[in-house]
Amino acid sequence: MKVAKQTFKFYTLVVLLFASAFAVAENTTKTGEGKEGQIDTKEKVEAYILHHIQDSHDFSLFSYTSDSGERKHVGFPLPVIIWTSNGLVTFMSSEFHHNDDGHVIVEKDGLRFAKIHSKIFELEAGADVVAFDEEHHATNAHKVLDFSITKSVVGVLLIGLLMFFWFAGLAKQYKTKQVPTGFGRVLEPLVLYVRDEIARPNIGEKHYRKFTGYLLTVFFFIWILNLLGLTPFGFNVTGQLAVTACLAIFTLVIYTASGNKDYWMHMLWMPDAPWWIRPVLAIIELAGAFIIKPFSLLVRLFANISAGHIVVMSLIAIMFTLKDTLGVAGATGLSLILSFFITLIEVLVAFLQAYIFTMLSALFIGMAVAEHDHDHAHDEHGHEIPDAEDVRGDFI
Amino acid sequence: MDKLLNDFSPGLFVVQTILLLLLIFLMVKFAWKPILNSLNEREEGIQDALKAAENAKRDMQNLQANNEKLLQDARLERETMLKEAREMKLKMIDEAKTEAQAEAGKLVANAQLAIENEKKAAIAELKTQVASLSIEIAEKVVREELSNKDKQMKLVESMLGEATLN
Repeated sequence: MKVAKQTFKFYTLVVLLFASAFAVAENTTKTGEGKEGQIDTKEKVEAYILHHIQDSHDFSLFSYTSDSGERKHVGFPLPVIIWTSNGLVTFMSSEFHHNDDGHVIVEKDGLRFAKIHSKIFELEAGADVVAFDEEHHATNAHKVLDFSITKSVVGVLLIGLLMFFWFAGLAKQYKTKQVPTGFGRVLEPLVLYVRDEIARPNIGEKHYRKFTGYLLTVFFFIWILNLLGLTPFGFNVTGQLAVTACLAIFTLVIYTASGNKDYWMHMLWMPDAPWWIRPVLAIIELAGAFIIKPFSLLVRLFANISAGHIVVMSLIAIMFTLKDTLGVAGATGLSLILSFFITLIEVLVAFLQAYIFTMLSALFIGMAVAEHDHDHAHDEHGHEIPDAEDVRGDFI
Repeated sequence: MDKLLNDFSPGLFVVQTILLLLLIFLMVKFAWKPILNSLNEREEGIQDALKAAENAKRDMQNLQANNEKLLQDARLERETMLKEAREMKLKMIDEAKTEAQAEAGKLVANAQLAIENEKKAAIAELKTQVASLSIEIAEKVVREELSNKDKQMKLVESMLGEATLN
């Protein structure tokens, strides 16, 4: 009962947050005349998609052009926190007025800032406008270290809170009863799934307990954020290289820190190989452990989720791009059908990528802690009888 | 590649690292640890309960087997007891019979002995009477002899004749 009340309170908080945000969010920009803000050509669609898969400094839900020709944005601004040549500077992202091509200059603490393609640039002293070269690189401004509460950070915070309330609630339920009720009944099998299908078989009975907490956190974090990316709120957290890189590096740190003697031995001085081949193997193994493995983790997640977003949005864009050839009804119908089915596939991919990331993390950790013990069971001819652990070790 | 690197935001990386560390710490402390512990406890509880049930079943079976054995033993014992009783009965009857026979034989032997003795006594008495009769006769004869020789002879003869008849 207490849990239910708490959850209710939490949801109320979220709803209030959104509602209050909407109240102050309506914002107007005067970027031009007519229907400039509308996305209705191929080029604009491409730019819009590329813009979307990037992180953004404000939380915009949708925009429209009012009758008077003004572009209205519905959403709410997020705080910008940047480390500049003058120390930490903060302001709200609304000061950029949704401008993303460097035309709006924000002055703060004697410094000038511009936002170009979701990146915040600090203008050099004395410069009033951003100058671009032929390749559209800013010549008189440089990027700053950006710790802003961007849309991705909001997503992370939101999902972090959600996870915390869900699973802390589930944990609390076990204090009074053996079998959870309500939403906990949905969560429990998922926890068991990660423990029994991912952690236990890949890490081994002896060590799995220590790493299950990390694997569970990462699994639910990625899965829920992937699903959040499919909602119309337009989050693309797991499609941010920084986020997937962070996750991959966590796994790298964990399996490097928990690697046992055998692991390092096999990596640096392969026991069963001829001596002259050992240094070569060591280079390959080191590259595998420190570059290839984390890289495969971060690129796989990033690429799959980004590609999913691009495909879904491209299919939605069929509505505009094929309007001339198929007619309004035809283009809309085709777009709806295709995007519906691709979204279904994306729901599967959301789970699959979370599963694969967690599975591979568990596998890498399992390799690091695997014990190549030398007191195996011997059969009567003195041959070793391989056990499951060894087979797994060999396979890896 | 250039674009990808350009898209990579070091700031977001730092923020995400901090948040993920925090999330892992909080989740492990407040969610995963209690959940996994409770799940383990529950699984162990179920295992124990199953084992206990198995043990109880085995005990029950053992008990039943014991009972069966006890019953079997009791039956066997009864059987042997009955058999022994029967044997004893027969033996007692036999013994009684032989004893009775022996007693009877003894009695008969005693009786025969007594009869024999009586007979002997009777014969002895008869002999004494015959002897005294003979003496009487002899007296009478002697007395007759003294009066009439012929008569005496006749008498002796007739008496002798009587005597042999006896």
